[in-house]
Amino acid sequence: MKGLIPCTLVVWACGAIPCTAADTGTTQISGYVSAEARDFFYDPSFTDQDRSNASVAAQPEYYHRWENGSSLTFVPFGRVDSADRERTHADIRELNYDYVHPEFELRVGIGKVFWGATEFVHLVDIVNQTDWVEHIDGEDKLGQPMVEFAKAGAWGKIDVFILPYFRERTFPGLKGRLRPSLPIDTDHPIFRSPDKNNQLDLAARYSRTLGSCDFGVYFFKGTDRDPLLYSTTNDQGKPVLRPFYQMIDQFGLDMQWPRGNWLWKLEALYRKGYFEGYFATTGGVEYTLVNVARTGTDLGLVFEYAYDERRELATTPYKNDAMFGLRISPKDAASTQILMGYIQDVDDSSKVAILEASRRLGDHWKLSLNVWTFIDLAPSNLYYSLRNDDFARLQLAYYF
Amino acid sequence: MTQQHTRIMAVWGMVLSLAAAGRAQDPAQRGLAIAQEAERRYHGYGDFTASLTMILRNGQGQESRRTMHIQDLEVQGDGDKSLCLFDSPADIKNTALLTAAHKTGDDDQWLYLPALKRVKRIASSNKSGSFVGSEFAYEDIASQELERYTYRLLREEAVDGNDSFVVDRVPMNGRNSGYTRQEVWIDKVEYRTLKVEYYDRKNALLKTLTVTGYTRYRDRFWRPGRMTMVNHQTGKGTDLIWSDYRFGAGLKDSDFLKDNLERMR
Repeated sequence: MKGLIPCTLVVWACGAIPCTAADTGTTQISGYVSAEARDFFYDPSFTDQDRSNASVAAQPEYYHRWENGSSLTFVPFGRVDSADRERTHADIRELNYDYVHPEFELRVGIGKVFWGATEFVHLVDIVNQTDWVEHIDGEDKLGQPMVEFAKAGAWGKIDVFILPYFRERTFPGLKGRLRPSLPIDTDHPIFRSPDKNNQLDLAARYSRTLGSCDFGVYFFKGTDRDPLLYSTTNDQGKPVLRPFYQMIDQFGLDMQWPRGNWLWKLEALYRKGYFEGYFATTGGVEYTLVNVARTGTDLGLVFEYAYDERRELATTPYKNDAMFGLRISPKDAASTQILMGYIQDVDDSSKVAILEASRRLGDHWKLSLNVWTFIDLAPSNLYYSLRNDDFARLQLAYYF
Repeated sequence: MTQQHTRIMAVWGMVLSLAAAGRAQDPAQRGLAIAQEAERRYHGYGDFTASLTMILRNGQGQESRRTMHIQDLEVQGDGDKSLCLFDSPADIKNTALLTAAHKTGDDDQWLYLPALKRVKRIASSNKSGSFVGSEFAYEDIASQELERYTYRLLREEAVDGNDSFVVDRVPMNGRNSGYTRQEVWIDKVEYRTLKVEYYDRKNALLKTLTVTGYTRYRDRFWRPGRMTMVNHQTGKGTDLIWSDYRFGAGLKDSDFLKDNLERMR
């Protein structure tokens, strides 16, 4: 088991909770347990890798709110995987106390924050590290220790974050699929900051709705969540990739703007660190066709584009890529959702096709299917090592 | 102006609009006056919270259930702000839908997805889509802004022993509505909506809504206990069962901020 926050931090977070045993309030216990099967369509590119894997996961959630509006949230997560030791992991997604004052809000502990607007690439989301070993869509995040101060009014909202501990990205192990050609030596990361994980990172964000347009701008100073993979050898002289975490200053912007049945989205950032500063952006539009041909089904058509000024040196495969999405919502009692995505690299032949589908079974079960296929990946593409890793992931979850 | 003056003006306003509802002879004028009076009686509550159970019924009679909490705040000179917070099914627990209705132009709408902690904007111009898979379209449950329709009094008849006006209601912006028109039964005594028939784009009867179990709150505000929607073309139906109404819950603008959706649970 890897990735648990040092106990001192947890104790520190708990220490902030006032003693309110006599107070009443509301308590919610919810969450899910899930079983998953992942099948890869082709033989692996590297020895040791398996053709398929099975896995179980759980994420319960405890929530208590006191009468004064303050609350405590605890969300542990754990997964056991049949194939990849690195994918067997546990994390505290959230353990925080949220103090609500009429004038401000203060959150202390381990939390999760999302910033962003687009569907395909989550470019500006930076507070939480990606739990990459969970799923390559990058939407699973590790819990981030934080102190958040927030103040909202008619003029918008200001959020200030003090992030006292840095979480390293998770990667598949030697036996895991969806990994680079060389194993990633997650036990020996390289930090630019002398304080390594204990580097104090800072972020401040201002967000507002002007007319019908939602936007947010932020500044982040601290450890880059996005590691560079540095090719070297380990103690045994074997070639490995060591994650290199640089220090960065980053400006970010995100925007959502509905106009009629069109929803315009934009994310952009400027990042300056160990290397030359660069600009990256993603954005596009979603058009919703409501109740198509009186079938009750809503169709969402998504077009997005992603650009990274570093081009071939980018740490993301989405450096000059166009994305097309079709969202089908039949609006049935089972909340069936189908999302089909297609990503085309503008510079070369590389394509990715994605299917995400889910429906509820009864009141408590949910079945999800996820298919990713990598087509004509160019050797220069960052995902080239995934060229044989087309997979289908079937997940059955019980929610309570 | 003194408080007394305000009260006198309010009484005069009521008398005049009642007189208008009763006396004007033009069906369009009478229809509008009835709708205005119904709106006048509906409003003035300030804010309320309520629990809502939704029962979805398919053509074969199979049922599924959703439960949610509603918060609603009146806004002076504009549409209501409302928050719909889902309790069940468990996989959508704590999902929240925030709507700031506007008298003219598109409403603002945000959807909070708790698993991602993400607030998604919804392009909500077209309101003819189904509300969470039910037979209610967004436009059926949205705050019924007076300015969004034209009205005409069709006839007067009884519904379940309640003498009613039958008012024809035509959406002003037909492109964003699923209906050509609606026939609304409004009772003559309390101006409550008792029944609505929805006619589709081909002017064929699509759905019927029956509203029952009205209770009066704070000696003034009539609110329904049950709203039953039947789709005649698919045989499907949806019941909305309202309970735990609380008026004057002390809601504020800050309870309807998109940034606070995470805390709404």
